Amino acid sequence: MSEKSYEVHESDRIAADIEGYLKEQEQKSFLRFITCGSVDDGKSTLIGRLLYDSKLIFEDQMAALENDSKKVGTQGGDIDFALLVDGLAAEREQGITIDVAYRFFSTDKRKFIVADTPGHEQYTRNMATGASSADLAVILIDARRGILTQTRRHSFIVNLLGIRHVVVAVNKMDLVDYSKEVFQDIEEKYRAFASHLDFSSISCIPLSALKGDNITDPGLNMRWFKGPTLMSELESTDVSNDKGEKPFRMPVQWVNRPNLDFRGFSGTIASGSIKPGVEVVALPSAKTSKVKSITTYDGDLDVAIADQAVTITLEDEIDISRGDVIAECEHRPETTDQFQAQVIWMHDKPLFPGRPYLIKTANKTITGEVTELKHKINVNSLEHEAGKVLELNEVGVCNFGLDDSIVFDAYKNNAALGSFIMIDKLSNVTVAAGMIDYGLRRATNVHWQAVDVGKAARSEQKRQKPVVLWFTGLSASGKSTIANLIEKKLQVMGKHTYLLDGDNVRHGLNRDLGFVEADRVENIRRVGEVSKLMVDAGLIVLTAFISPFRSERRMVREMLEDHEFVEIFVDTPIEVCEQRDPKGLYKKARAGEIKNFTGFDSPYEEPETAEIHLQMANMKAEDAADAVIAKIEEKYLLN
Amino acid sequence: MTTLTHLQRLEAESIHIIREVAATCENPVMLYSIGKDSSVMLHLALKAFYPSKLPFPVMHVDTTWKFREMIDFRDKFVVENNLDLIVHINQEGVDAGIGPFTHGSAIHTDVMKTQSLKQALDKYKFDAAFGGARRDEEKSRAKERIFSFRSAQHRWDPKNQRPELWNIYNNRIQKGESMRVFPLSNWTELDIWQYIHLENIPIVPLYLAKKRPVVERDGMLVMVDDDRMPLEPGEEPEMKMVRFRTLGCYPLTGAIESNATTLTEIIQEMLLTTTSERQGRAIDKDANASMEKKKQEGYF
Repeated sequence: MSEKSYEVHESDRIAADIEGYLKEQEQKSFLRFITCGSVDDGKSTLIGRLLYDSKLIFEDQMAALENDSKKVGTQGGDIDFALLVDGLAAEREQGITIDVAYRFFSTDKRKFIVADTPGHEQYTRNMATGASSADLAVILIDARRGILTQTRRHSFIVNLLGIRHVVVAVNKMDLVDYSKEVFQDIEEKYRAFASHLDFSSISCIPLSALKGDNITDPGLNMRWFKGPTLMSELESTDVSNDKGEKPFRMPVQWVNRPNLDFRGFSGTIASGSIKPGVEVVALPSAKTSKVKSITTYDGDLDVAIADQAVTITLEDEIDISRGDVIAECEHRPETTDQFQAQVIWMHDKPLFPGRPYLIKTANKTITGEVTELKHKINVNSLEHEAGKVLELNEVGVCNFGLDDSIVFDAYKNNAALGSFIMIDKLSNVTVAAGMIDYGLRRATNVHWQAVDVGKAARSEQKRQKPVVLWFTGLSASGKSTIANLIEKKLQVMGKHTYLLDGDNVRHGLNRDLGFVEADRVENIRRVGEVSKLMVDAGLIVLTAFISPFRSERRMVREMLEDHEFVEIFVDTPIEVCEQRDPKGLYKKARAGEIKNFTGFDSPYEEPETAEIHLQMANMKAEDAADAVIAKIEEKYLLN
Repeated sequence: MTTLTHLQRLEAESIHIIREVAATCENPVMLYSIGKDSSVMLHLALKAFYPSKLPFPVMHVDTTWKFREMIDFRDKFVVENNLDLIVHINQEGVDAGIGPFTHGSAIHTDVMKTQSLKQALDKYKFDAAFGGARRDEEKSRAKERIFSFRSAQHRWDPKNQRPELWNIYNNRIQKGESMRVFPLSNWTELDIWQYIHLENIPIVPLYLAKKRPVVERDGMLVMVDDDRMPLEPGEEPEMKMVRFRTLGCYPLTGAIESNATTLTEIIQEMLLTTTSERQGRAIDKDANASMEKKKQEGYF
């Protein structure tokens, strides 16, 4: 009866004062929520009932519904509300919901978007998808069956995705004689279980979606229940988060450059607010400037807040591109290329640690890999389990390594800067969703210090192009000898150089490293980083390292810019090397006194794309040095 | 202002989607049907890139049977907003004399709309096409992604869609494949009207009631927009106060009798009415779940 009067009142209002009515409607708040449950819990019936009770069903839809209810309904000719929401023809026939569907309804107070997802274990990924954009979850429990494994699973996933507000809908109360004891028992058990999770509000409501009890009207069957109906709970739960009070962050989505006089950075504000005149930092470059204007189609703004899509201009000309983050100076996000994250695997083919995938974060796509699967989390028992791979619908805690740095916040502090998807490089399919826990290296909190004198200025001063001449080859192949000769010649030419020699570096910088594969990789990584700094200083760097693995040589190449890395393969036959054996190493290796010796029990992977290939079988070191200088002079050395 | 209203949230979400396409796709296009949803989508695009002009063209797939007022509106709108407009007509269909009166709605729509759209996408090699469809329009749309993958044959596979989380969209494709992108996915019909009202967005006058010549056929009021419409014996166009809730090809779009001559009156009428939007379109009545079938075949 209250329904009817509500309807009449609403229509009168619309008829009498449409302008005033619209003003109010335009100010309505917004709630996105997800419903978790399976077909047996009456989820579709519940949503159908919400749509029906909020007067969202038109006459023609109602006629179709009545028709369908008779044809394929499960309610013996009565209206089957589930038919309103089961969309795809294939599902209708199977009688299950197979994907995420979005429904819309609104009341006087709020506009709602419902993500309707199936609840079976094989649909974990769909539930995670729906939960990723929701602020509240309705978890359905069948009053007859109580808390089941799936209830725990649903709660875990909802919590994993960061939803803070939960409404536990204890459905089918009509089938337990509207028993207060049954409801209270379920509520008690649920609250005990959920105390391990991170929800900020939990509301439990006994209801019957089929009969309409406690949906929009309390009904007469459960007078003992003093709490709100489901609809009034949805209308009134305060889901406003503290996003607005958090430090300002805006991932740059698009650089807005209509002409030479305007350079704006467009993006959606992830958190905080911004005003003209405020000092901001662009990351990862760490350059700072002040906000000049917040430009929009509707005019410049005095302030912009979280979730708004705006365009910002800055006082200074600093280089910012898509994927960079503009942030508050005082509280900066972290920058890292290694982090720990929770991952929901969404593809039939499992996740293999070590395999490269594309990682897409807020506006940035880079290659990365799982370096370690630390453990899996059983979504039903919530226990940690060991595993080598992550299968479809499994959740795992993984360490990641990326080819480039990203700017991030922990997911629990800022979902927009802590979330990412993984994309298969070959099929382009989205294979996983990830939530960053924290950066893995302490260096992540050390921000790159922007300096005013750059590589170009230093190089200009020395009148040379900085470059790394990377000599690779077997032990005793002549790398150091040739590099030494070249450095002398470059000195004579007035060039500024530095020679990094394998043995010398192992006496200092790398004296903690041995010769097993992992140490060899780290050896080269450090030498690469040192070379990079020297190139930044404007020097010509010569390195003489066996560097037997292609992947590490490629790693160094990728650290540097194009034309800054010249790979020189000193190709001396192993017999010749063994004959020379200046340090007696081959002899020891033959005697079995040294392990992991390149060319014996550790492989040497010959370069495939070396810029210079020195075939040393018929060449003297002096000639090789001249040949190298002749080859590189034009392209790499002259400024 | 500490939080956004629902319309401000929807606006920001749509702008984010539109910018994402511009920033990451090589050759996008915005489909423009001249209807109210298209008008809102274009308005949002103008906002997304201001002060730059749209970094992509807009394309109208013209069946040659659109209301004349729609074409007039289109041409004026394009000039006023400095848009690059592509008009595509399926010339093979025109040469074969395909039309709704001679071939019926199904064949006409397939040849002049579905096939024509595929033709245009292939011709210009667009890798992403924006459409103004909303999830509340129809059941199968409720499950479609915002970035909706299409095979090289333009097919949609509802059972094999990419998971779409947060606002991180995966628009990676191989050569020949494409994306349909729906920035208005989360808007409802009422949101669209409220936004038009709030932002003063121009719409085709056909949405407003006016005396127009109509005949009644199979329970549908059809406007006699030009002399290509064959009148059956005894049929006499009658001047009635009518308006249109959706716009398409004039012979396939039913008018409703109405006295709503202003925007607020339309919204008022809509709020008080009890029939859903697509009912005025002949295309939906073909078969149950017909939209799903059409979409799999490439209809937008």
